[in-house]
Amino acid sequence: MSHGNTYTCSNNERIPLIDVPTLPTDSFLEEVSRIVQRGGRLAALFVQPFEGKNRLYAVALVGEEGGVMLTSCIVEESYPSLTRVCPQAHLFEREIAELWKVTPVGHPWLKPVRFSDSPIGIAEFFQVEGSDVHEVAVGPVHAGIIEPGHFRFNCVGEEVLHLEIALGYQFRGVEQALAGGPNPRTIHYMETLAGDTSVGHATAYSQIVESLAEVQISLRAMTLRSIALELERLANHTGDLGALAGDVGYSPVASHCGRIRGDFLNLTAMICGNRLGRGIARPGGVGYDLCDDDVSLMAEKLQRAREDVAVAIQLLWNSTSVVDRFEGTGVLDRNLCRELGVVGPAARAAGMERDVRLEYPSDVYRFAQIPVSCWHTGDVFARAYVRWLEICRSADFVQSLLTGIQKETARVQPGAMKANSLAVALVEGWRGEICHVACTDGEGRFRWYKVVDPSFHNWSGLAWAMRNQQISDFPLCNKSFNLSYCGHDL
Amino acid sequence: MLKALVARTRFGNRTIGFPQCQPTLPTRFRGRPEFSSELCRHGCLECVQTCPTEALRIAGGHPECDLGRCLFCGECETACHNGVIRFSRDYSMGASERSDLVIGPDTERKLIQSLSAEMLRLFRRSLRLRQVSAGGCNGCEVEVNVLNTIVFDLGRFGIQFVASPRHADGLLITGPVTENMRSALLKTYEAVPEPKLVIAVGACAISGGPYVNHPQVHNGAASQLKVDLFIPGCPPHPVTTLDALLRLLSRMPTGR
Repeated sequence: MSHGNTYTCSNNERIPLIDVPTLPTDSFLEEVSRIVQRGGRLAALFVQPFEGKNRLYAVALVGEEGGVMLTSCIVEESYPSLTRVCPQAHLFEREIAELWKVTPVGHPWLKPVRFSDSPIGIAEFFQVEGSDVHEVAVGPVHAGIIEPGHFRFNCVGEEVLHLEIALGYQFRGVEQALAGGPNPRTIHYMETLAGDTSVGHATAYSQIVESLAEVQISLRAMTLRSIALELERLANHTGDLGALAGDVGYSPVASHCGRIRGDFLNLTAMICGNRLGRGIARPGGVGYDLCDDDVSLMAEKLQRAREDVAVAIQLLWNSTSVVDRFEGTGVLDRNLCRELGVVGPAARAAGMERDVRLEYPSDVYRFAQIPVSCWHTGDVFARAYVRWLEICRSADFVQSLLTGIQKETARVQPGAMKANSLAVALVEGWRGEICHVACTDGEGRFRWYKVVDPSFHNWSGLAWAMRNQQISDFPLCNKSFNLSYCGHDL
Repeated sequence: MLKALVARTRFGNRTIGFPQCQPTLPTRFRGRPEFSSELCRHGCLECVQTCPTEALRIAGGHPECDLGRCLFCGECETACHNGVIRFSRDYSMGASERSDLVIGPDTERKLIQSLSAEMLRLFRRSLRLRQVSAGGCNGCEVEVNVLNTIVFDLGRFGIQFVASPRHADGLLITGPVTENMRSALLKTYEAVPEPKLVIAVGACAISGGPYVNHPQVHNGAASQLKVDLFIPGCPPHPVTTLDALLRLLSRMPTGR
């Protein structure tokens, strides 16, 4: 529904493209900053071509009032930067400047986000002045089996004054390749946008197609998709808690969690044969169905993994030296989270009840609620503890879903997508809010497709959490966020 | 401390028996595809059209699959109404030569050649690898990383991932090799002392995977370096990777 300046829709709703308001630039900027000042957040801010011009779209979320707010304006070579009044726009505007050569005037630093058309890493870095300041440059190739990125620390002694994170090494040109689709490769782009979030991104994509085709999927399909999404969360949270234990030298929990993470992955593989859930979420439902025997076996194995992870994680909380290392390290408070637009467990660890499953429920979350887990201290401990609470709740949630799977078809044919339409899909992946926005052309194919991985919001949060920390705590802080490089670089 | 010991006792030994015994794989695991080409209704091409990465083609009237391009999504198996293609549970898919990954109904199953006698003398009991992700989606990376867990316990074979390329005997590469990682990959390779190995893990590192022919990528590690071992999958199951490494080092029990 349209209220003049914005169009308010639901998560997973088809909107005729013509209904998205096009405001004068000033009114657009005013409207977006008003929404953000009232406690809203920017899920996406991007430019796409429209009738030979550059059209700037904003997708804003106002948690308490509900609804996904859409608005747009036409921009020429430049427009007044939104970042000045709305810091969470900063990376979006850097992306706009890089991709579309549209200058947000007044943006503090318009350097490339992904080095999509300039030599990688060739840019000026923020430098702290002073005789005792030294710089530490890390990456792109890190110690460990991990994706590439560059970290530049400005330090005095052991203390980090500023961390700058420069990414783009994983840039594969996904969004460009999605235009004109769908085609047989589309779903595989989705499952490898961030390979550890295959189910999350594939679910968002499936919802986009279903919304644009205006097809209703079965409750069974929704349930199976949500089970896979929660198993993905269980596996990753368990693995990360183990890695956090490893980072402070508490190897028993690191060992146990490494194994239990695999148990959760193997549960996912029970559904589709692939440990990362490739093939589960598909437009129209799921690619694989479960029989009754699978369901009871899965419930049994899940119960065992749930008990094991409880034993392992209790060791963490019982170890005072572990808790001491976690507490007070890498604090990202509520105000900073709000300013930077941080999402997922990192925001909930600062006391924000920010969770798409509650605020903008889709699929089975509309009928079955999962409690939101929060803590208030914003430190490594809080981010670890929220993960633990989410492990408990996700495991219970999956168990309850497993007991009530409807007997019906697991997949319907979505049919053709409607022409000249737009849809937004929000999914709470294990790292936080996944946002996909897509628009069809006159033939019902993707005119453009925009992806915002939660990491795109949260990398700045990590940089801020490192301020005034010891540089030796970087691995610990980094792991407590565990952000995606390829999800950011696309 | 006591609680840690109690937990340890409760959990017991969790390391798999592989390679002495067969690994437990998911029931729906998709390994090396097999073809019943006598059932093929030539010319329908439904399998070929559904393949996301052009891994499948019809050659000489028979379907042929390039495991180096295959994402093991199983779409072709579903699309074929005649049951020509079936993904088997054969997890042993690594290859020494790129061409060995192209398989058809009558292709002889080629196992990985172990290293030369001199290389085996150096690396058989101690192999240090530096992993480089060059555009990988973190799928292959996490599935390589689990080899370090107690479940697979890579250390028992003397294989270890190290932080510095100067301490390494080779590179294990994942990802399609993005233009933005090309230079870092080559510099890392140069930093590894001779003699050195290159192992390409996953469809992206072998062929570009879903990103094949994107202008931003180089279609895999072999475009830049000589690759000694190809391990297909998207991502490869950890057992597939472990099997390939053990064959390369001639550490599989006799008869396997």
